[in-house]
Amino acid sequence: MTDARAASSASRLAGSIIPGAGHLAAGRAARGLTFLLPWLACASVAVGARHRIAAMPATGSLDDRIAVVTLGFLLVAIWVGAAFDLRSPPRVPGPGDSQWLIAARHFNRNRLAVAGSWLILALYAAMLLAPLLSPWDPIAQANISQTTFLPPSGQHLFGTDRLGRDIFSRVLYGSRISLTIGFVATAISVTLGTLLGAMAGYAGGRVDSVIMRFTDLVLSFPRLVLLILIVALFDRSLLVLILVLGLTQWPTTTRIVRGDVLSLREREFVQAAIALGYRTPRILFRHVIPNVLAPVIVSATLGIGNTIVLEAGLSFLGLGPPPPAPTWGGIVNDGGSSLINAWWVATFPGLTIVLVVLAFNLVGDGLRDALDPRLR
Amino acid sequence: MNGDSPHTNHEGVASPPAPEADRGLLAVDNLTTRFATDRGIATAVDGVSFHVDAGETLGLVGESGCGKSVTSLSLLRLIAKPGEIDAAGSVRFKGRDLLTLSEAAMRAVRGNDIAMIFQEPMTSLNPVYPVGEQIAEAIRLHRRLGRKEAWTRAVEMLRLVGIPSPDQRAHDYPHQLSGGQRQRVMIAMALSCDPDLLIADEPTTALDVTIQAQILELLADLRARLGMAMILITHDLGVVADVCDRVAVMYAGQIVEEATTDDIFDNPGHPYTQGLLKAIPRIDAASESLAVIPGQVPSPTAWPGGCRFHPRCPFAWELCAAEPPPLFQIGPWHRSRCWLEKHPERRSPAAPDGTVTAGES
Repeated sequence: MTDARAASSASRLAGSIIPGAGHLAAGRAARGLTFLLPWLACASVAVGARHRIAAMPATGSLDDRIAVVTLGFLLVAIWVGAAFDLRSPPRVPGPGDSQWLIAARHFNRNRLAVAGSWLILALYAAMLLAPLLSPWDPIAQANISQTTFLPPSGQHLFGTDRLGRDIFSRVLYGSRISLTIGFVATAISVTLGTLLGAMAGYAGGRVDSVIMRFTDLVLSFPRLVLLILIVALFDRSLLVLILVLGLTQWPTTTRIVRGDVLSLREREFVQAAIALGYRTPRILFRHVIPNVLAPVIVSATLGIGNTIVLEAGLSFLGLGPPPPAPTWGGIVNDGGSSLINAWWVATFPGLTIVLVVLAFNLVGDGLRDALDPRLR
Repeated sequence: MNGDSPHTNHEGVASPPAPEADRGLLAVDNLTTRFATDRGIATAVDGVSFHVDAGETLGLVGESGCGKSVTSLSLLRLIAKPGEIDAAGSVRFKGRDLLTLSEAAMRAVRGNDIAMIFQEPMTSLNPVYPVGEQIAEAIRLHRRLGRKEAWTRAVEMLRLVGIPSPDQRAHDYPHQLSGGQRQRVMIAMALSCDPDLLIADEPTTALDVTIQAQILELLADLRARLGMAMILITHDLGVVADVCDRVAVMYAGQIVEEATTDDIFDNPGHPYTQGLLKAIPRIDAASESLAVIPGQVPSPTAWPGGCRFHPRCPFAWELCAAEPPPLFQIGPWHRSRCWLEKHPERRSPAAPDGTVTAGES
């Protein structure tokens, strides 16, 4: 008894100094590492970029400030999270668990999906921390005569391009455009798709017909052609791209949601809600939509991957954000012409796209398995 | 509670009932509900009239497809789009005609004055919220209570319906409860706002037999304790015998017989009621096969002419096919929609065999 208490106070002490160390001391290695490794990564970024951080108050742009704040937040959040997790007893599976908790447990058993979600988290963190992580300026051209088409090395991890710019830095900054577009456009399309689908499925009749015929109309357009047309008509700003991608992707979500709502509407808890005198908006938002969130989350995750590919495609065709802004598709396009004598230019951003989309698909599949009771 | 109700001592009271519209807590007059289907207009409920007094339990009995559920849904105006309630009828509840209320006023009635519990407890709770939260939500909607008070009352309601350790069960999700417990939760939710009338649509059909008895007992007990009226919809006459004061038997969208529970069992007037009673399994006649009513309930798009039961009736003769019988008053609280009441000589045991006209159609 006293031994156990002594051990736990020792591990608490360790845990309050370095996050995760307490878990390790208590023999919970896996959980300890999930706190320790990200924290160490953040800490090493802070140490590696300490001169830049120190110089920032004078020269800092908004970008730099966001990066520093993010880094500080991550360090503190992981530390606090680990300390709290160490003090709360490990949760034993059993009755009283919500469906989300049960699903989370199933998701955790799928290693590929967990790896995918770590990769995604790391990428989003890297996107925010880009000013601290990138070794070179992604846009400024160095002395072209000396730095053009340098192969990968310790100095330039992914090599340099035709204009002597560091590919690693460009890929890092490119992630901002790809990941932002992927996230925001999908958020728009999922919100819109869920609302329209729920309205169509729940109202039925004429509302359903109008919404679904409009959905069919949007679906029947070849999306890429539509995108190219709109982007060509307007300027190629980030906002236009996000809107265009977001406003053309909702039909799939709408169809999924509408189908589910059609069957939910006949379930007796919806009837019971009406019989209890609930208003339609309350029934829709509190009782119907939460029950269709599982397929929506899956389709959103897969949708982000899709959108990133599409954005890369547009950038590859030269319809993305205009140069010199680095985009993954744009860099691949740049390197395409020099693939034979400088393979690294197109290869690394290409691999990044593959990896990111793969990660989103793995997570999406994992979520589908975890959220669907029939697949557990 | 029932001491002052006229129905418990009906032998002594001889005055015939007053017109439906003037009476009781709920007075349904000439309720008609139609559905526009591909095969024509389906008149699922056709001119139904009945009443429920405060504190009384009315059983609504009949085979599947004869309009019991549509009747109960029509009372709360829960009929969805292709269906329509005829404006000629009326549903007077505490003096107000529910059929003419605005949708907002109707919402205030639902759950608050008239509550309903459904047949299938497996799907009648929302799977994504703990049950206590669902009860509290219903309470907060109709009573202006804070979150905490509503939760406390939800736990109280769970205790009232006999859920063990209710303060813990309130945090449970529906999938963690058994069917019987879920039905108890549904009852708790329906009763959480002290309704004057509870409509129970086959509340025990989906439960196994031992649980059925418990739930019925609970309903009867709560009804007596809270003094509310109840409409119990069922196809099980055994259930009726246990809990109901009066019974209305429905067939093909109409009420064919209405009487006190004692009268229905001792002295059934309508051949359909007699058929239902014969179809109850009996312990003392275990070896014989059960009596059945031949044929099935006709389609609501094409009710038979004349008496709607005549194609399946062992007593039917020409008059039955030619002219629809009215509801005959055959006792102070007993009415039957059958020509036999006017031609009692046809009821003689020899008559059926010779005069069956269309037993199979």
